[in-house]
Amino acid sequence: MLDVQDVHTYYGDSYVLQGLSLRVARGEVVGLLGRNGMGKTTLIRSVVGFTPPRRGRVVLKDRDVTGWASNRIVGLGLGLVPQGRRVFPSLTVMENLTVAARRNGGPWTLDRVLDLFPRLRERAANRAGKLSGGEQQMLAIARALMGNPELLLMDEPTEGLAPLLVREVGRIIESLKREGLSILLVEQNLPLALGVADYVHVLSRGRIVHSSTPDDLWARADVKSQYLGV
Amino acid sequence: MTLEFWISQIFSGVSYGALLFLLGGGLSLIFGMMRIVNMTHGSYYLLGGYVALTAIWRSGNFVIGLLCGALAIAVIGVCEWNAFLKRLAGQELGQVLTTMGFALIFQDLALIIWGGDPYTIPVPAVLSGSIQAGELFFPVYRIFMIVVAVIVAVVVWLVLDRTRLGAMMRATVDDPEMARGVGINVHVISMGVFAMGAVLASIAGVVAGGFVGIYPGADFEILPYAFVVVIVGGMGSLPGAIVGSLMVGLLDNFGKAFFSELSYFTLFAPMAAILAVRPTGLFGRA
Ligand SMILES: Nc1ncnc2c1ncn2[C@@H]1O[C@H](COP(=O)(O)OP(=O)(O)OP(=O)(O)O)[C@@H](O)[C@H]1O
Ligand SMILES: [Mg+2]
Repeated sequence: MLDVQDVHTYYGDSYVLQGLSLRVARGEVVGLLGRNGMGKTTLIRSVVGFTPPRRGRVVLKDRDVTGWASNRIVGLGLGLVPQGRRVFPSLTVMENLTVAARRNGGPWTLDRVLDLFPRLRERAANRAGKLSGGEQQMLAIARALMGNPELLLMDEPTEGLAPLLVREVGRIIESLKREGLSILLVEQNLPLALGVADYVHVLSRGRIVHSSTPDDLWARADVKSQYLGV
Repeated sequence: MTLEFWISQIFSGVSYGALLFLLGGGLSLIFGMMRIVNMTHGSYYLLGGYVALTAIWRSGNFVIGLLCGALAIAVIGVCEWNAFLKRLAGQELGQVLTTMGFALIFQDLALIIWGGDPYTIPVPAVLSGSIQAGELFFPVYRIFMIVVAVIVAVVVWLVLDRTRLGAMMRATVDDPEMARGVGINVHVISMGVFAMGAVLASIAGVVAGGFVGIYPGADFEILPYAFVVVIVGGMGSLPGAIVGSLMVGLLDNFGKAFFSELSYFTLFAPMAAILAVRPTGLFGRA
């Protein structure tokens, strides 16, 4: 589904991703862990084309999409739930969903998305900027689903949410996984990430320093304390 | 000061305001949604009028003229944006210099193609003459100007506020990167907004061509008015452009009626006052 091959990504002169490779197979959930500022978001940005890598390749569904415009990459079957939600504040909830809609024969219709997020149905006519943080997070996920993606990139979807909502987001990710979606999940919430992921990578200073199944990572106290601060 | 005087002055002011709305609405759209300071806007007005004039000479049809003017200006605007302006995001000085350069080029080009004589766009017979009501005469063409402005305002509002395309335009203004991230072709959308703004100016040029005529220098003559409308109303706000253009139309009209030698003062003094109180204009967002 996704094959990131030795990407090197910069912000101006600052060298952030220093040769990073990973794969996400069809239907697989891959967790990406690491402390603040280690390059998790930069990897997401590299994949979606916001900050294209200067070296290396991003291959999505067997197509080399390195350097493509983001809207083309997204059109190929990628959904983005960005860090900080980034809903369109001046658009209504409904408009946030419809602008992202893509009919490509996928399973997600407006109705199905709203069934998954009943709260959004109630607030359909409200401006997205007026929603609570939790509602905005649901909207960001719902918006990504409207594009009928095959691969979902989720960047810290539980950041700043109350425990109840964190569990809610966890349940939603589980159910998306059951639907067969491939997911690349960036998370700081270790139990949640390890609970849902099939495979995890730990990032430090723009490099992958550990890759294993969640269970193996759970057992590795040294990796957890050195790279995750737990 | 009879009642008739007031009614006819207000009517004149409102119809002039309608013309200013067509002109300023497009500028406001481009200014507010794309953050481009476009000094070429007056040229779109002038060239739109000239192209329509030529098309009307050939076809004898006012509507065909209007459409040809709009199409030509849409193409010119899109080319200008694609070749230069899209690279100048956030650089106001570069934008002003570039678009001013284009304005000068278009001014000379118009002079070469259409010469220095003033023209009036031939108006269909149904739009000439006046409607009489008691002592009052309402020129049909001025009523037509108001009708066109109302139609354009409604269409622009419907497109921006009620369609998916309009929502995509607003999403692009909110967060261009994230707009791409949900699959919106921001390049095409921005081009569309720019073309829409330019087309409004061309409609203004055609409508004005049947009213005050088309002549060299009209582009730079009208530009300050357009900017006043935008500044008073607030950038990128449709209600702002409507209120701003009505205010400017009325002020200009009454200014000329009462203190004709001070008419620029009666126009710009209220603008300065509004800006002192509300720097973002009446309807502008900070
Ligand atoms: N736009 C930018 N310009 C310059 N440097 C940046 C930019 N964005 C991030 N960085 C730097 O790149 C490094 C990696 O940042 P990144 O956002 O990828 O980290 P992260 O792992 O997502 O962190 P967090 O958990 O806080 O979201 C950091 O040192 C950060 O300061
Ligand atoms: Mg991050």
